[in-house]
Amino acid sequence: MATDTLTAPGTAGRRDGRARRLGKHALLIGFGLVMLYPLLWMVSSSFKPTEIIFRDPSIWPTEIDFSNYTEGWTALTHPFHYYMWNSAVIAILSVAGNLLSCSLAAYAFARLRFRGRNFFFAIMLSTLMLPIHVLIVPQYVLFSQLDWINTILPLVVPKFLAHDAFFIFLMVQFIRGLPRELDEAARIDGCGHFRIYWRIIMPLCVPALATSAVFTFIWTWNDFFSQLIFLTDPDQYTMPIALRSFLDAQGETAWGQLFAMSIVGLAPIFGFFLAGQRYLTQGVATTGFK
Amino acid sequence: MSDRVGAPPSSSPPGTQDPAPVAPVRAGPDRGAQRRRKPRETSPVRREGRAGYLFLLPWFIGMVAFTIGPILGSLYLSFTKYPLLKPPEWIGLANFRRMLEDPRLHKALWNTVQYVFVSVPLQLILALALAMLLNRGVRGLAFYRSVYYLPSLLAGSVSIAILWRQIFGADGLINQILALFGIEGESWVQHPDFALGTLVLLNGWTFGAPMVIFLAGLRQIPVSLYEAADVDGASRWTKFRHITLPLLTPVIFFNLVMQMIGAFQSFTQAFVVSGGEGGPVDSTLLYTLYLYQRGFRAFDMGYASALAWVLLAIIAALTALNFLLAKRWVFYGD
Repeated sequence: MATDTLTAPGTAGRRDGRARRLGKHALLIGFGLVMLYPLLWMVSSSFKPTEIIFRDPSIWPTEIDFSNYTEGWTALTHPFHYYMWNSAVIAILSVAGNLLSCSLAAYAFARLRFRGRNFFFAIMLSTLMLPIHVLIVPQYVLFSQLDWINTILPLVVPKFLAHDAFFIFLMVQFIRGLPRELDEAARIDGCGHFRIYWRIIMPLCVPALATSAVFTFIWTWNDFFSQLIFLTDPDQYTMPIALRSFLDAQGETAWGQLFAMSIVGLAPIFGFFLAGQRYLTQGVATTGFK
Repeated sequence: MSDRVGAPPSSSPPGTQDPAPVAPVRAGPDRGAQRRRKPRETSPVRREGRAGYLFLLPWFIGMVAFTIGPILGSLYLSFTKYPLLKPPEWIGLANFRRMLEDPRLHKALWNTVQYVFVSVPLQLILALALAMLLNRGVRGLAFYRSVYYLPSLLAGSVSIAILWRQIFGADGLINQILALFGIEGESWVQHPDFALGTLVLLNGWTFGAPMVIFLAGLRQIPVSLYEAADVDGASRWTKFRHITLPLLTPVIFFNLVMQMIGAFQSFTQAFVVSGGEGGPVDSTLLYTLYLYQRGFRAFDMGYASALAWVLLAIIAALTALNFLLAKRWVFYGD
């Protein structure tokens, strides 16, 4: 510890540094394994018969058996892809809605001058941390009067009306960082605001849009609370709601199948994680939200 | 946010690029000039204003229909008795008085407070420790960061809640591992003393998101400070204690506020792990789970609205308290 006191960081005693570095990596890898062990174990257990899941804490499968997947897939009223599809429709429409509506609002907040802008911006910011619980009861009443319960509308329409202020905020921050000269030049060339928004700002916003898309997808895919409330008809169930009813119906007797379907349900998130992790960690780091 | 307000309105209105060459002294120069002048006077600023409202239109509609309307609605409903099928009936403060004498609510509130005040520090300490380990030139930083971040993405899902229920069940993974050491474990999720603890661990598991934020914060600390400390012969601990920690306090504060607000609203995990009941003996009954039960199982909508407003008040008060206390420990440079 004292060896590096008089030297610049990095050139410290080499052997000491290497030992420490190895130790650090061992610690990081060990801790990572502990963190991910439950996940890895779930994946491996999904290939084991249920009675073995109760006995085998190792993640090394002794045999690969797909019957949990085939049986779990058809264990509910509808095959599992039915629920996956319901979830996908909601998630994809939510992504489209958020990208469109939030970027429109963000362009206005970041680039246009109009009366009350700062006031509206403050209102938008104040809704960022608003718990959904103070909205959900009247929303439920509203949606049931519109006859929207058990349709995807309560989950999707708000996204097209920029209800997720978080993404407006994220895009405003991003657009403010873009050089103004670009839109001024376009304006001198006679571009209208919509064309500046669509042709200049949006293409430059791709990183912010990608971050928003990935987060919107994952959040709506994982969303449980509002889907539980707005979708009560088993024909409308989404993947999380179906999984939960599977758990209630089968209880502890079918862990293998439950695990298998849980993994199927997580797969799209894994996909987005692998494809978009740069956007994810950047999004977290720049906006500070998870 | 008003940084650009002072900027001059983008110099030239669209009509002025072709000033002279056209229109000499023809027959109707008057009318042409008039027609042109009108939009020219109002054009740039007012057109921009109109565009602003137009761009904000979807947000305005959503704001009124799905945010402001419902907020006012739930405020009103919190003073009513509203069993959904009958119209709301004004009962004044009765819902709030009822809350004072509702033992399940007290239990739920106490559970939630324990949950928040144990799991958030756990999460932040893990996040900070790993961020320190990962800081500055660890090879494979991006890989480690992703691995540690992954649980934050997944933990909110029903799948992980199902996994948790198995892991901490009677024949679950934890007890299987304990059995290897000859220890016989409980069914943790069914034991009133431990069930909440499993949820705390689940929230602690999501330390990856604050860790990423810590890493970004650590990168902002100038290397020169550490170099100066090295010259003075400071130990690692001294550098951490007197450079890193003070300069990181704004980020710690930010994470603390955000995670507390989030943790207070935890729902899915408690719901799935306890099968929607909050059991055993209400030991995992979190505030929002109780709210759900009142509002959407019993359709006691007036009371649920009152619960929601009290939740908002608690979160707001806690956040305000955090900001007050921040003056004592958060260091904002100079």
